[in-house]
Amino acid sequence: MNSIRVISILLTGFLYLVFQVLVLKNLVLFGSAFCFLYVTYIILLPIDLKTIPTLLISFFIGMGVDLFYDTLGIHTAALLIIGFVRHRWLLVLVPPGGYDDDLQPSLLNMGFGWFLSYSIPLVLIHHTLFFYIESLGTDLFFTSLQKIIASVIFVTVMSIIVQLLFYRRRRGI
Amino acid sequence: MFVLLEAVAISLIVSNNSQQGSAFFNSSNELSGSVFQTQSNVVDYFSLSSVNKSLVEKNAQLLTELEALRKPADSVFIPLDSAMLATMQFKGAKVINNSLRLAQNHLTINKGSNHGVKSGMGVINEQGVVGRVKSVSRNFSTIISLLHTDLLVSSKIKSNDVFGSTKWDGINPEQAKLMYVPRHVVVALGDQVVTSGYNSIFPEGISIGTVIEVKPGTDTNYLDITLKLDTDFSRISYVYLVESFQQPELDSLYQSTGISNE
Repeated sequence: MNSIRVISILLTGFLYLVFQVLVLKNLVLFGSAFCFLYVTYIILLPIDLKTIPTLLISFFIGMGVDLFYDTLGIHTAALLIIGFVRHRWLLVLVPPGGYDDDLQPSLLNMGFGWFLSYSIPLVLIHHTLFFYIESLGTDLFFTSLQKIIASVIFVTVMSIIVQLLFYRRRRGI
Repeated sequence: MFVLLEAVAISLIVSNNSQQGSAFFNSSNELSGSVFQTQSNVVDYFSLSSVNKSLVEKNAQLLTELEALRKPADSVFIPLDSAMLATMQFKGAKVINNSLRLAQNHLTINKGSNHGVKSGMGVINEQGVVGRVKSVSRNFSTIISLLHTDLLVSSKIKSNDVFGSTKWDGINPEQAKLMYVPRHVVVALGDQVVTSGYNSIFPEGISIGTVIEVKPGTDTNYLDITLKLDTDFSRISYVYLVESFQQPELDSLYQSTGISNE
């Protein structure tokens, strides 16, 4: 992994963070569909990235988002779980023939069905944790459930749109 | 590694749960404050007309009150006890960040300890109660919104002076619950609910909401009352901070007598 790739990964993370706190923070559809698009960033990190760098990236992105959402630690805790589980989940979903090195597990590289079965469980874990930690100590079970489902759908649709618009397919597979 | 970082995150959640959190890791710190300030400088232009309108309305209301307070032409004027006067002072501030869809919502304003903001001060706007100051940095402060499931506001029903606590139930940002009103009280739909002024965080009589639903609660002793909030949290742009000169004294009195006060 050369330095240009490292810089481009960090820069992408920064862009996601800025976009999240300045634009998407104010975007809540129907009062329940939140757009935590930064989860997509962790999901789309290169496949060969080890767990520890992933965890560190998740930690800083999570803290950055928490800072602006006034939800100290909640985004971080939920995002760290994703960073932790991601590598194992990728091993479970190995396609026949294995992964290419330094490939992004994106929609364009891996196909629509594979991407959905890869990303939706991760997003679901993140959102479940986030909304239940956030409403801890209240009896808001069904309100939170509604928010989780609406947000998972919204984030998945947004992430598909973002990938179609801004990501490139890798040649020569 | 995972366990370590996760432990850090969880300890942050726990330590931040108290209402007087540390001022560093939230939106009142200088970095996020200045980002929000810049953002609000741009976005503000879109809400100027509605802000103007509400200011004019508040002005008109204040002018009417001023007219009523004007001294009569009579030469005999007996002032009230001076201890009753000037127990509260107000400061204006601009909201630069707001949320209303989470279960625990916060606002950020552009005034901080440099401008005399202290944590625990009450926050109102021209419509009604907004929240309480949580933590303060030099130029910004974070406010616990009334739309926060942990915030209780001491309130009373205007028509019959019955006390209760207003608390948001986390579901609809336009409605809240009035709790601890005993069953024998007759509450009519459309009754005004205002602050009680008992704990001197808010002045007495700041409006909170209107009763829209009364049910016998699941708890046997209290009614289940739903309020429609007077404050429209989706378009808050300017707020007033309430500084009470009596509050330190009251707090220490309550503390020494062992009364917990909310």
